[in-house]
Amino acid sequence: MNVIEVKNLKKIYNSSEVKVNALNGIDLTIEQGEFTAIVGPSGSGKTTFLNMLGGLDSPTEGEIAIGGTDIQHLSSSELIDFRLRNIGFVFQAYNLIPVLTAIENVEFIMQMQGVSKPERLQRAKELLTQVGLGDRVNSRPSKLSGGQQQRVAVARALASKPKFVLADEPTANLDSKSTENLLDIMEELNRKENITFIFSTHDQRVVNKARRVITLEDGKIISDVQK
Amino acid sequence: MILAVAWRNIWRSKTRSLVILVAICLGLASGVFYMGFYQGMVDQRINTAIKTEASHIQIHHKEYLNNPDKKFVIADADSVTKVIRSVSGVKATTSRIIMNTMIQSPTTSSGVKVTGINPEDEKQVTNLYTRLIEGTYFEEGKRNPIVIGKKLADKLKVKLKSKVVITLQDMEGNMTGASFKVEGIFETSNTAFDENCVFVRNDDISRVMAMDPNSCHEIAVFLDNNEELDLADQTIQSKLSGLDVKTWREIMPDVSLVESSFGLTMMIFIGVILLALLFGIINTMLMAVLERTKELGMLMAIGMNRIRVFMMILLETVMLSLVGGACGILLGWLLNLYFGVKGIDLGTWSTAYKSMGFDTLVYTKLSWSISFEISVMVIVTGIIAAIYPAMKALKLKPAEAVRIDM
Repeated sequence: MNVIEVKNLKKIYNSSEVKVNALNGIDLTIEQGEFTAIVGPSGSGKTTFLNMLGGLDSPTEGEIAIGGTDIQHLSSSELIDFRLRNIGFVFQAYNLIPVLTAIENVEFIMQMQGVSKPERLQRAKELLTQVGLGDRVNSRPSKLSGGQQQRVAVARALASKPKFVLADEPTANLDSKSTENLLDIMEELNRKENITFIFSTHDQRVVNKARRVITLEDGKIISDVQK
Repeated sequence: MILAVAWRNIWRSKTRSLVILVAICLGLASGVFYMGFYQGMVDQRINTAIKTEASHIQIHHKEYLNNPDKKFVIADADSVTKVIRSVSGVKATTSRIIMNTMIQSPTTSSGVKVTGINPEDEKQVTNLYTRLIEGTYFEEGKRNPIVIGKKLADKLKVKLKSKVVITLQDMEGNMTGASFKVEGIFETSNTAFDENCVFVRNDDISRVMAMDPNSCHEIAVFLDNNEELDLADQTIQSKLSGLDVKTWREIMPDVSLVESSFGLTMMIFIGVILLALLFGIINTMLMAVLERTKELGMLMAIGMNRIRVFMMILLETVMLSLVGGACGILLGWLLNLYFGVKGIDLGTWSTAYKSMGFDTLVYTKLSWSISFEISVMVIVTGIIAAIYPAMKALKLKPAEAVRIDM
C-alpha cells in the first residue's frame, strides 16, 4: 500500500534577482513500512522535498498524495489538521516543549486530536516505555540528555498514530551511542509495528540502517537504492 | 493543557515576568489606592454638604432662589412641614429664615448669610452643633444668641460673649438691626461656610424683621438615607406643587459635579495607568514570542492550529496581567483598609482643601464594584496586549521557524 505518491514535483523559488529550481520534477512512491533515508549534499533539495512531504510548503508544480489525499489542494488550515492526524515529525533539535514533562509532551499532540485523558495518558506511557524512557515520564526536557529528548520526540511523533514519520536529520546533534540507540528503537518500531520512517540525513550510520536510500542532487533523484 | 503551558511559559523567564508583574502590581495598587482616597474625599464632601450645609432637600418659595428677597416666604410653614413629614423616607425637617446682610463688630464688618433656626429641629437635620469648638449651641436661653464660624470670628476679631450687630431690613423695608451675643463658635471643613454663615434663633430674627412667626424662607428636609433622594423629591414635588423643591444636587451643583464625575474621572485615571502598562506587557510578550520562534514553529508544524496558538499567547498575556492585577488590587485594598481607619492627614494642603469644602483628614473608601470594574479593565488590557504578539506568532512559517538557530 502506497503511503506517499509524488508525481513530477517541482519547486521554484523566485527571488528578485535569481530563480532557483529547488526541485526539478521528482517522482517517488513510498510504501507502508518503509525505512527510507533521503540523502544528498547541501543544496540538493532535501529540506525542500521534506517540507513538501510534510505539508509545510506547497509545490510550484506536481502532485503529492498522502494516503490517497492530494495535499497540494488543501488550504493552510486544512493542512495543519492534516499534519496533526497523518504525519509524525522528528526534528534535528528535538524541539520539545520545555515547560512540559516527557509524558505531557507526548500527550499534548493527542490532546489536540481530541483523545480522552485516560486514553492519551495510557498511550503516552506505552510509547515512552517503548523508547526506553518509562522511568523518565515526569522529567522535563532540560533534565534529559540529547538522546533521551530525541526519543521523547519519536514517542511524540508516534502518539498521533501517523501514516508516516518524517525525521529531519534526527541524529545530527547526537553522539554515536545515542545515535545507535535511537536508530535501534526506530528500526524496531518499524519492524514490529510496520511504521513508515523517512529520514533526511547526512549521517552514514542512518544510511547504513536504512533499507532504501534515495539520493538527491540539484533537485532530482539521482539514485534510488533498495537494500 | 494549553492553560498549563501558558501558565508555565510565564515563569520561563522569571526575572522578565517579575519585572512586568511588579510594574502592573504597583501601577494598579497606586491607582486603586488613589481611587479609595478620592472616593473617601468625595464621600466626606457630600456628607458635609448634606449634614452641615444643604441637607437632602430644600423647599423655597417659587421665586426665592432666583431672587432671594425677604418677601418670598413660605406661608403657613407648619402645614407645609406636616405634609413633608408624611412623605416616606423623611426623617426630619427644619424651617429657616434667611437674610443676606451685614454683621458688624466693634472693629470691622462683613457680609454674611444670617440663618434663623429652631435649634432643636435643626439638630435633627444638620450636625452643625457637633462642629462647635467653643461655647454652646443655643443652650443658655438668653436673648439674641448667635453662633458664628471661627473664620468669621477671627475676621471680626470677636470671641465668646462678644457683641455683634446685624443690620437688616424688616418686612416693611425699614432699616433695622439688633445686637447679638456670640454664644458658640464652630469650625467645619469648609472655610467659605465658616466665614459666611451665622446662625441665630428663628424667634429672634423674625421678631427683628417683624415677620409672621409661621412663615419662613426655607424648609430643609433630612432623609433616612441618600438613596431615597429621588423618590422623596418626586413625592414632595407632587404634594407641594406651588413651592420650589430642590435636592442638594441642584442646590450645590459643584458638589454634585464632583460626585457625578467621580466614576468617569477614576476610570480615565486607571485607563491611563493601564495604557502605560499595556506597552510594557506588549513588550514582554513580544520578547516571549520572538524567543520561542522555533518552538512555536514546531507546534504549528506538528498540527497546532492558529486558534490554539492565538489562545496560548492570549492566555499567557491575560494570566500575566491578572496575576499582576490581582496583586495590585489586593495591595491597593490593604492600603485603603489601613487608611480607611487611620485616615490621611492633608495638613500641608489643608488651607487649599478647606477653601473647597473638603475635610483635611481623609478616610479612604473603596467599593467592590470599582474593584470589579478595574479587574475587567485589567483583563481587557491583557487581551489587547496579546493581539500584536499573537499576530506576530501566527505569521511564522513553521518550515522556516523550526530551523532558526536561537
